[in-house]
Amino acid sequence: MSNSIAQNRSFGAAMWDYLTTVDHKKIGIMYLVAGGFFFLLGGLEAMAIRWQLIKPENDFVSAGFYNELITMHGTTMIFLAAMPLIFALMNAVVPLQIGARDVAFPFLNSLGFWLFLFGGILLNCSWFLGGAPDAGWTAYAPLSTISPGEGVDFYVLGLQISGAGTLIGGINFLVTIVNMRAPGMTYMRMPLFTWTAFITSTLILFAFPALTVGLFLMMFDRLFGSGFFDASMGGNSVIWEHLFWIFGHPEVYILILPAFGVFSDVFSTFSKKRLFGYTAMVFATVLIGFLGFMVWAHHMFTVGLGPAANSIFAVATMAIAVPTGIKIFNWLFTLWGGNIKINSAMLWALGFIPSFTLGGMTGVMLAAASADYQYHDSYFVVAHFHYVIVGGVVFGIFSGLHYWWPKMFGRILDETLGKITFWTFFVGFHLTFFIQHFLGLMGMPRRYWVYLEDQGLDFGNLISTIGAFFMAIGAIVFLYNVVITSIKGEKAGADPWDGRTLEWSIPSPPPHYNFTQTPLVRGLDPLWIEKSEGRKGMTPAEPLSDIHMPNGSILPFVMSLGLFIAGFGFIYQKYDLAWLSLVFIGMGILLGSMLIRSLKDDLGYHIHKEDLEKEARK
Amino acid sequence: MSEHDVLNPKVMPHDPERATLEGKNKFLGFWFFLGGETVLFASLFGTYLALRNSTNGGMASNELFGLELVFIMTMFLLTSSLTSVYAMYHMKNNDFKKMQLWLGITVALGFAFLACELYEFYHYIHEYEFTFRSSAFGSAFYTLVGFHGGHVVFGLMWILALMFRNAKRGLNLYNAPKFYVASLYWHFIDVVWVFIFTVVYLMGVL
Repeated sequence: MSNSIAQNRSFGAAMWDYLTTVDHKKIGIMYLVAGGFFFLLGGLEAMAIRWQLIKPENDFVSAGFYNELITMHGTTMIFLAAMPLIFALMNAVVPLQIGARDVAFPFLNSLGFWLFLFGGILLNCSWFLGGAPDAGWTAYAPLSTISPGEGVDFYVLGLQISGAGTLIGGINFLVTIVNMRAPGMTYMRMPLFTWTAFITSTLILFAFPALTVGLFLMMFDRLFGSGFFDASMGGNSVIWEHLFWIFGHPEVYILILPAFGVFSDVFSTFSKKRLFGYTAMVFATVLIGFLGFMVWAHHMFTVGLGPAANSIFAVATMAIAVPTGIKIFNWLFTLWGGNIKINSAMLWALGFIPSFTLGGMTGVMLAAASADYQYHDSYFVVAHFHYVIVGGVVFGIFSGLHYWWPKMFGRILDETLGKITFWTFFVGFHLTFFIQHFLGLMGMPRRYWVYLEDQGLDFGNLISTIGAFFMAIGAIVFLYNVVITSIKGEKAGADPWDGRTLEWSIPSPPPHYNFTQTPLVRGLDPLWIEKSEGRKGMTPAEPLSDIHMPNGSILPFVMSLGLFIAGFGFIYQKYDLAWLSLVFIGMGILLGSMLIRSLKDDLGYHIHKEDLEKEARK
Repeated sequence: MSEHDVLNPKVMPHDPERATLEGKNKFLGFWFFLGGETVLFASLFGTYLALRNSTNGGMASNELFGLELVFIMTMFLLTSSLTSVYAMYHMKNNDFKKMQLWLGITVALGFAFLACELYEFYHYIHEYEFTFRSSAFGSAFYTLVGFHGGHVVFGLMWILALMFRNAKRGLNLYNAPKFYVASLYWHFIDVVWVFIFTVVYLMGVL
């Protein structure tokens, strides 16, 4: 356990450690690295899109390649960047916030990560193997079912594998939060970030299986000759739209709710106040989660479901503005009269409020079904969802990273660079997307690779592209900040922000067993309570005793690799059945590993009391 | 106290599947998983309901389906659910041999069900040329019923693996949760079949 051993080990040993780890903190770091990589990739695709649109009838990319760019930009940003970055924060923080030593299923936690990573790699292999998917991130049938080549096959298989990983992760957090809370940590004492992680996990559990089915049906249609979406066989392509959005709408709440949680914790910490209206915040989170399942057809207003269906879904959609409004006001009231400290984490949170409110307002506009016929598939929609996803989720991730970076890595991110990142990104973001509302209203359709000169679109698109470069600069400065901080950043103590919740009661970064003794929680903001009563840390709920820890395992990596191999087999067997051998090899690896996991007892190990005492004396 | 003693107490608790934290986690996690599975099958049922009349000029469901075989299959599967309850009853009484016996009967019934299903598919394909690729109805039918059949296969392999792995060492607090969640899975498969029987076959012959 000693640090000198950890620092001196070889690169190979460190690699093996990460490949086999089941420690939620290390898995969180892996999610961060992988998600960050895909965020840069998706950002690169975005820059190519904006460069193509910088002037009328540009020929920077071809129409076909443009379709691949928009498809992969959307798919990458949602599934491979935003989701894993959210999971990075959840892994890094949730067990600490509830006073747990680990998650409920450490093995599954690792499996979830590797499935996501291999799914993402499989999807991106398409770039080098004849072309990426090109049917949009929504992959509407029959465009997607007749798209030539293997691009959409990679979409289907890649998302299927990474989606399975996400579902596993969701179940893991649900059980962790229900079963592993420290004594006294009742539901209504959980920090808001943990609450939002809880509701997000519920949404994952009930939303992802619909995507699983949709992807299976599309896979069967494309690769095995079924006729679900093929009208000539009696199929119905609207089924795909339903299944996709039954998943897809809750998905946006899956992304935004944890960001809401981050902001709640950040506002409360840096205002030195208890979160205003905690109970209402919890209630609003649950309500948003519930309503999130009732509104999927607002993506389909123009399909022709009829006025009754459109009205119901329009009203349900508008209803979501109510709990969201409750949240916005509670954040403002948390700030009200607080002892406010503005640093990078807080800047992102403050920037979020007006940005997200704008996105929410256009959301209500889009919810008006009859008006939506005008907005549909125009840049107005593009502007709207970038306002909520960038202005909400990405701001939330940046805020959370600044806030919890000391806890994750033991160093504080550089404040000056952090502020430069915020201002360039914030200004760039509004430059890029605000004007797109008007481009959309003036009739610029979504997903077109060129536009004509002198249609009133030239200047707006130029502004938008300039803005995108500001965002790119912001992202690069953040990367530079990460590098500089890891080299010579200021070392963080256990509680650099004068925090309120349990994660700040243990060292930064925490030991791998998190809590030497499980803390006793006596109310909301447990650490704050102890500090305000003059104690230095938490009161333990148990005497010092042996700690039971799970064993690491390479099996999650092997299982995901098996599915990755099988994925190629499924795709290429449509040309030559000999490729089915890869399916058998890959599935054999997967099922064989599952069998080993089932048959071989994995009892974990104990860290002995004496060693803990030795550690404490150092 | 070593791990061995903790997992093999002198007196087994009444709920051995939930006596350890790991057991509790498995128990709850599996219920959540079944919640997700419910959505999965709901999506498949929805798709089937939308496409069940899209026969593409082929045979319709009331010409294809007969209730005799399906009735027998239903009996096999419903009974197997009952026998798995007996197995869990004996698990709670710490009677390992009887638990294994009833699990064995459960597995046998499961295989009987599977044999009938394979015969049914074979029959449709060869007698009526009703296949996965003949119409959207065919695709939806084989996907829904096939997903259920796939779950049955997986459940059988799972229960068999547990039975063989633990045949010599008997019941303890480490494997009791495993047996218990496998039986939960088996019940879930049974419930899904009740819906398939109703939605696919009963509504299909009317």
